[in-house]
Amino acid sequence: MTVTNRGTAQITAWCQELFDDLDFTVARKWKAAAPGRGVVAYMPVYVPRELIHAAGMLPLGILGGGENLEVIHGDAYYQSYICRIPRSTLELGITGKLDFVDGFLFPSICDVIRNLSGIWKLLFPKVYVRYFDVPQTYVDDTGGSFYVQEMQELREGLEHVTGRKITDEALRDSIAVYNQNRRLIRDLYALRSRAPWLVPTSELYLLLRAGMVLPVEEHSQLVTEYLAAAQAEQRPMRDNCRVVMNGLFCEQPPLNLIKAIEMSGCYVVDDDFMLVTRWLLDDVPVAGDPLQNLSTAFLHRSMETSAKYQPDLAQKGKYLIDSVRENGAEGVIFAAPSFCDPALLERPMLETRLDAVDVPHIGFKYAENSGQMQPVREQAGTFADSIKLWSTP
Amino acid sequence: MTPKTPAAAPSPREVVKELSMVKQKEMIAANYDAITSAPETGRKVASTFVPGNLNELLMCFDLLNNLPEINAIQNGMKKVSGDYINEAEKRGHSEDVCTYVKADLGMMAKGNIAPNGKPLPRPDVLLLSYTGCFTFMKWFELVRDEYKCPTIMLQVPYQADGKITANMRSYIVKQLKDDVIPTLEKVSGVKFDIDRLREYLRESAKAEDDFVWVMQSAKKKPSPIDAYFGGVYYIGPIFTAFRGTRDATEYYRLLRGEIEERIAKGLGPVTPEGDMKSQKYRLVVEGPPNWTSFREFWKMFYDEGAVVVASSYTKVGGTYDFGFRHDPDHPLETLADYCLGVYTNRSLPMRVDLLENYMREYDADGLLINSIKSCNSFSAGQLMIMREIEKRTGKPGAFIETDLVDPRYFSAANVKNRLESYFQMIDQKRKSVASAA
Ligand code: SF4
Ligand code: SF4
Repeated sequence: MTVTNRGTAQITAWCQELFDDLDFTVARKWKAAAPGRGVVAYMPVYVPRELIHAAGMLPLGILGGGENLEVIHGDAYYQSYICRIPRSTLELGITGKLDFVDGFLFPSICDVIRNLSGIWKLLFPKVYVRYFDVPQTYVDDTGGSFYVQEMQELREGLEHVTGRKITDEALRDSIAVYNQNRRLIRDLYALRSRAPWLVPTSELYLLLRAGMVLPVEEHSQLVTEYLAAAQAEQRPMRDNCRVVMNGLFCEQPPLNLIKAIEMSGCYVVDDDFMLVTRWLLDDVPVAGDPLQNLSTAFLHRSMETSAKYQPDLAQKGKYLIDSVRENGAEGVIFAAPSFCDPALLERPMLETRLDAVDVPHIGFKYAENSGQMQPVREQAGTFADSIKLWSTP
Repeated sequence: MTPKTPAAAPSPREVVKELSMVKQKEMIAANYDAITSAPETGRKVASTFVPGNLNELLMCFDLLNNLPEINAIQNGMKKVSGDYINEAEKRGHSEDVCTYVKADLGMMAKGNIAPNGKPLPRPDVLLLSYTGCFTFMKWFELVRDEYKCPTIMLQVPYQADGKITANMRSYIVKQLKDDVIPTLEKVSGVKFDIDRLREYLRESAKAEDDFVWVMQSAKKKPSPIDAYFGGVYYIGPIFTAFRGTRDATEYYRLLRGEIEERIAKGLGPVTPEGDMKSQKYRLVVEGPPNWTSFREFWKMFYDEGAVVVASSYTKVGGTYDFGFRHDPDHPLETLADYCLGVYTNRSLPMRVDLLENYMREYDADGLLINSIKSCNSFSAGQLMIMREIEKRTGKPGAFIETDLVDPRYFSAANVKNRLESYFQMIDQKRKSVASAA
């Protein structure tokens, strides 16, 4: 792996370029570079990207159209009381920005994404569309068997797209490649938690977004480079308060919202952006049956979020408290997309847990195209001030 | 089949009209009484959802079946849901989320009073049949927070590709065997007897036959029923705590008899203002009704001579009109297939196919969508459904927006205007078809 001498500013600028490019030029070029290549898009929160990779295809994370996409057609498909991500995603599809995509996976996150899978089938009949169901029971014999078979069906679907078999060997290699990427992302999060002034969240965010469109090997290289650059740079440490952000796992906040939170005096030390990159908590074993290994990791060692059922009442919300403790956070900022049932129904349960252990929190809603950041900045600023005030000995 | 009529009946028609209604009212009242008196009788109570409602299985454990959605509907119709929703919002629930959930949580916060005026007991078990709606999962996690009682997750995979696979079915059956049944045994103290389940399933199938007959009677002209406003009453027993009981079988036998008689007399549906006289428009309706202004909403239809001949809402607790019946010979598999087949567990293309089928089979003039503000499961994608149906059938569609139980989102004037212009559109369409012919 070649490590260049780019600084964080240059790396971030490149990530910003990728982030702004709604034509997905890099992915298009990747596909065009060799015959037989394909691209499979996926939406939040989790799909086993290893399978796409092992098929010799590029997994492409689609997180809506963001704040700069003008939605014209998409609004004709969605009522005003439905979140924005499905309409901007449809806009991308209808305006041909995803016309190079061979397959599209819609993970089991909520009814909106689920129903979007059907819309996609009707509108783009030539694309391989799969609603990717995941288990909500975490027992190997039930949820596990179901999940292995779902992955097997996905595998066969992808084989059909490329006309090539996905061997166990290829899958094992892909697992190893993604293990490395997950390790690097874990390092990135650990560094930010340790020294948040070295890894501003707006940069971390863009770096993760780059991972949605770049081949994983290139992304791993980019993260490696960033980690080295970030640790080599001197950046001033501010008297900010440390917060965990929660609820941003699907429709994305405008980048300015993240910047506004940082500028208001908060260091974000954990978040739930792009969970696909950190979903599996440890390395997935490379030896053995690859689908079985991915299933075991999903069942027993994966992140928690609203889209997953928590079977144990005592464990409900514990992950958030653990995150607060492990990252030395002083408060939680809940930010959720408007009309997002999963995030907004989860929030009161999480708030109760935080109240029980005296962790302060605030909450607001956003849309991917929210323009006004002043209220967010003020709210977060007041929150940060109050935390500092009360935590001063 | 003619229903028995008591000798001292005032007039044959009135009695015929009321027998099934009276029967259903008695059944519902008796169930609420059984639930609210559970603390005295010692009976155990399960809470579960309408789609994927495994009433036959719950009965095997002598469990009473309490359905929070039905409580929300009852509270909507009694116009108290608005207060409950306010209460839930005061307690931190977002204005954006499903109002059934908030009506339920608000009701719990305000004493949890059942429609019979008595407090609902704490459930002994929550059976989270996770069928066709993501919100169900969050709803029961929230309820579990309150009651801290055993909660069973029964995951029903979504029919995304328009078919039930062996993997889906065996996953449900395994969950039933390994988790649902053992937990219900533990909670209830009753040993599972598969023959008892078979008996109930046999009973279910009988009621289902008559139920389908009733719903399909709307193919006739004039239609003897309204398959939406009347339909929501007809689904009552089979979608709730009665499927598998003799009472339900009897209810549908009575109902079928009544409809047969209406057909014989050439009568239209019964409305709150008596028999519907003229039937100018035959509609297929997609989406749940509004409950807070149910009567007013219905009146907007029958006043204009619009009868609903088929609706998707009457399939949320099971889709029977394409041949599915509970099968006592494959008791657990049939429960799986039942859950997999409920309307909201069907992919969007399947929903379009079903509605297209209704448009043709019931010779409808158009598709009306009642889009529910707070229900993503139904609403996300309905504009696409409308386009597809218009394209496939050449018949006009219309879109109105209300809510289930939140009175803030029912604007009578808007809905009425929209309906009136829709009926005009149908008239115009007819004229242009006639002049082209
Ligand atoms: S933002 Fe929320 S409601 Fe919208 S698609 Fe994503 S998870 Fe579903
Ligand atoms: S979202 Fe819709 S289907 Fe789900 S519980 Fe609410 S009203 Fe029912």
